[in-house]
Amino acid sequence: MEYFPFVVVVWILCVGLYGVVTSRHLVHQIICLIVVQSSTYVLLLGVGYVTGAVAPYYFDVPVHTPAVDPVVQALALTDVVVEAAVTALLLSFAIQAHKRFGTLDPQELASLKG
Amino acid sequence: MIAAAHTPYTVPIGFMDALQVTILILVAAGATAVVLTRRHVHQVLVLSVYGILLAVLFLAFQAPDVTLSELTVGAVALPIILLLTLAKVRKREE
Amino acid sequence: MTPAQRRWVSAVGIAGLAAFYLWGLSGLPGFGDYPGPYGFIVLHLAVKQTFATGIVSAVNFDYRGFDTVGEEFILFAAAAGTGVVLRRLRGERERSAVDEAADRDVPATSDAVRMVALLFTGPVMVVGWWLTSHAQANPSGGFQGGVILATAFILVYLSGEFVVLKRFSPVALTEAVEAAGAGGFAAIGVAAVPMGLAYLTNYLPKGQFAGAVSSSGTIALISFFVGLEVGAAFILIIGELLEQTLLIRQGDR
Repeated sequence: MEYFPFVVVVWILCVGLYGVVTSRHLVHQIICLIVVQSSTYVLLLGVGYVTGAVAPYYFDVPVHTPAVDPVVQALALTDVVVEAAVTALLLSFAIQAHKRFGTLDPQELASLKG
Repeated sequence: MIAAAHTPYTVPIGFMDALQVTILILVAAGATAVVLTRRHVHQVLVLSVYGILLAVLFLAFQAPDVTLSELTVGAVALPIILLLTLAKVRKREE
Repeated sequence: MTPAQRRWVSAVGIAGLAAFYLWGLSGLPGFGDYPGPYGFIVLHLAVKQTFATGIVSAVNFDYRGFDTVGEEFILFAAAAGTGVVLRRLRGERERSAVDEAADRDVPATSDAVRMVALLFTGPVMVVGWWLTSHAQANPSGGFQGGVILATAFILVYLSGEFVVLKRFSPVALTEAVEAAGAGGFAAIGVAAVPMGLAYLTNYLPKGQFAGAVSSSGTIALISFFVGLEVGAAFILIIGELLEQTLLIRQGDR
């Protein structure tokens, strides 16, 4: 239990990378990139966890209750929303590639010129 | 080390450990399922389920803010954007 | 390189990466033994200093506000980039949104979808605004609330035609709202500088009760602007993609 979340982080990263490398369709590649990004959220939250602590919100618990680290949660929170917009930008590139070249296979796209 | 918190909402540490291990295994299986699904529309739906599983994992890690973000983005906004892209790409293949 | 060879080479490479990554991660303190002093210091001081009970939003908009400005401008640039990349290419024509109904070959929206979407548009809007305005108290904030506001507009599209969505959120107005959100955040930070304080200092009065809606100074205001910006950015992105799917067709001029 000490290092099990980190093993899961490495597994998700490797599975996602394998999907990116051996993919035959740009949209499948982008979805595997989303999976790779999600491994970093799990790592961030796993680093900041304190055993037996509560969430860092003092609205209904007394003020000095032990809580988990709020800084990594702030990072992960903005991360999740911003990566969705960047994924939309990547998908718009995929649409334009399909309009210009007619194919969405990354191995064929690599060998096209102009 | 920090002593465990005592609030009306605290669950025993063993229960939280068991929950976290279960959800971590489900998340690992979900990531594998997303990568290995072949058909595009099915893959988007599996991604949506993976987003919900991740949201439950973040809740088990005591992070409700990140849970809200992941639920709205990963289970709603991202699948909509992906399905629209797939519809656009497929229409041109007709 | 054949696909099977590519698979084997990549598997070897990824196994090597995984070995090094695991070796590096094993040097961390175990899961649950968070040692670092910064998190504990922030938890100790945040309620006294900012009068906000939502510590994550206090960190996001006050202690690490500069990082959040950067992330918000990434979002802004991504939405603008999507609009630029998906422009109409030479050789495509755009059908007007009104004649779609005449020769469309997709089935009409079912009554159940229409009813559910109509019923839920109002409550989803309210939930989105509630989340945006309560960043300093609960697990809420501009980022989540903004995405939920954008989802309310998608429900409008689901309950009617695409024309209705365009009428509710014309592109010029949505872009103006997005710019106001991003610019407002930066302006709040810059307004601290003539007072002799650092950029993005929390200078507004902090209120009396920790966690009330009007407490915590600039955090509530910044969260409002961030909610506007994120919601408008997502509406723009999805509107662009809908336009591409429904209106723009390949064809001669």
